[in-house]
Amino acid sequence: MVTAKVGNRLGLHARPAMALVDLAGAYTAAVTIRKGTHEVDGKSIMQVMMLAATQGTELEIICEGVDAEAAAKAIKQLVDSGFDED
Amino acid sequence: MKLMDIVVPGAVVAKLGSSERDEVVAELVDALVASGAADAALRDTLIEQVLEREKKGSTGFGRGVAVPHVKHKAVTRMTVAIGLSQHGVDFNALDKQPVYSVFLLLSPEGQPEQHLEAMEVIFSNLSKDTFRRFLRQSETAQDVVTLLEEADAQRLGG
Repeated sequence: MVTAKVGNRLGLHARPAMALVDLAGAYTAAVTIRKGTHEVDGKSIMQVMMLAATQGTELEIICEGVDAEAAAKAIKQLVDSGFDED
Repeated sequence: MKLMDIVVPGAVVAKLGSSERDEVVAELVDALVASGAADAALRDTLIEQVLEREKKGSTGFGRGVAVPHVKHKAVTRMTVAIGLSQHGVDFNALDKQPVYSVFLLLSPEGQPEQHLEAMEVIFSNLSKDTFRRFLRQSETAQDVVTLLEEADAQRLGG
């Protein structure tokens, strides 16, 4: 389990959410993103959109499977870097 | 934030006349202008910018729904129009399926939390099978408004 902080000003709106889902989808590992008590499937755009994570929000990234470590690391990087937005 | 806080009842189009994505966007912006929720002087700009955003990445997220949107400095509050298509509209959706329910969202600039809250309330409803089904079954704008009120009161199951 890895934590990341939403880095960009606009937070997890549609474009970054899509980037996260695309990235998660590139791995075979199951990906769960948790914001507080709210848990979503990181490969589902509808669910990730429901997180509505603002800038500075801490997210937990839980991956399970063969490439879980690589997946978590890549997703953390994306989130921390603010999705290349600002 | 509830759906009825942001959806403009006068801009709920129960039967869209258009069947092409770009025309659907225009139809919904026109509905917002006609209901007084958007400035007529902004009409062309809003349509252009929604489509520009749409071309960068489809907001057809699957399951027959699309959430085209734009942020504009002249928009003063979160504003949503809803359009339902009987025959389906090609939104270049992620699942390659037609779109039957369109939520068009106008956001003010500089209010990212509001925008995210609006996305949250829209998606938490659109992700429910029952909500999507009842939406598609709606015959009139009033049907849709009643559905939104039920959803806000959390009287719908998943």
